[in-house]
Amino acid sequence: MDAQVILRVTARLLAPAIWLFALYVQFHGDFGPGGGFQAGVLFAVGFILYALVEGLAAAETLIPAPVSEAMMALGVLIYAGVGFTGMAMGGNFLDYNVLAHDPHHGQHLGILLVELGVGITVAGVMIQIFSAFARESP
Amino acid sequence: METLILLAVLSFLGLTALAILRLRDGVTAVMLAGLYSLLSAGVFVLMDAVDVAFTEAAVGAGISTVLLLATLHRTSRMTHRPTHTPLIPLIVVMVTGAALVYGTLDMPAYGDPQAPIHQHVGPDYLRDGPNTTGVPNVVTAVLASYRGYDTLGETTVVLTAAIGVLALLRGRRQGKERS
Repeated sequence: MDAQVILRVTARLLAPAIWLFALYVQFHGDFGPGGGFQAGVLFAVGFILYALVEGLAAAETLIPAPVSEAMMALGVLIYAGVGFTGMAMGGNFLDYNVLAHDPHHGQHLGILLVELGVGITVAGVMIQIFSAFARESP
Repeated sequence: METLILLAVLSFLGLTALAILRLRDGVTAVMLAGLYSLLSAGVFVLMDAVDVAFTEAAVGAGISTVLLLATLHRTSRMTHRPTHTPLIPLIVVMVTGAALVYGTLDMPAYGDPQAPIHQHVGPDYLRDGPNTTGVPNVVTAVLASYRGYDTLGETTVVLTAAIGVLALLRGRRQGKERS
């Protein structure tokens, strides 16, 4: 019998709930507290919890290391991409009003996308730094 | 009542800081530092800064604790007793602290509506934010829309910092494999 069975079962139960909460914080940031930064950290916490009880290799079958590495840059790319899209559509850099037919919709879309960019970068960064430490451990 | 809770949480903060000072065991110190962050998050909630409290709880109490524990795991758990006398650092800290406290004397009272920070662009954001951006949470509207440049810069800083840390950690591993 595994001595850490309670720890493992609890962590397995908690990890999906943490991820779900991270998505809620990510996409509900317009209305309540939270946003991309907090959501990214929470998402990484779910991964770290899973990695702590099941091992880094098991966690990396969920999010392989090259994926989280690419996420770090992808988020900044999305953020800057939204800015340049605004420019291409006739506005200033990071002007969301022109992104949709209606300025309010444009603002919503722009804020949603740049927050998503922040979330993806932060999640990737936290997962990568934790993994680098965990892999280093003797 | 709120002031009473605030005072209680603040005194817990002070006690935690004093306890960390007296510790030689790194793991316990890191745990108490996590507790310190959680208490700070409580202070931020009491001051109605829920977004800041959320970040403090997630980053300070969560991720930092894990990363510090990982660092301790790689280095040594116990700190050595300092060989030099702590008198000079103590004087430096006292003088710096006194200067900072002296600096706060000139600051406007907490929540004073006449304070310069509440007279600049803040009122415009609060009044026009929901109408201009259509987003009810003013913090999100300011961060992502009004101050979109700054947030883009911050995200880039996070990426750059991570590249630096990862370069250090990976460089170490490759050096170890070579030797």
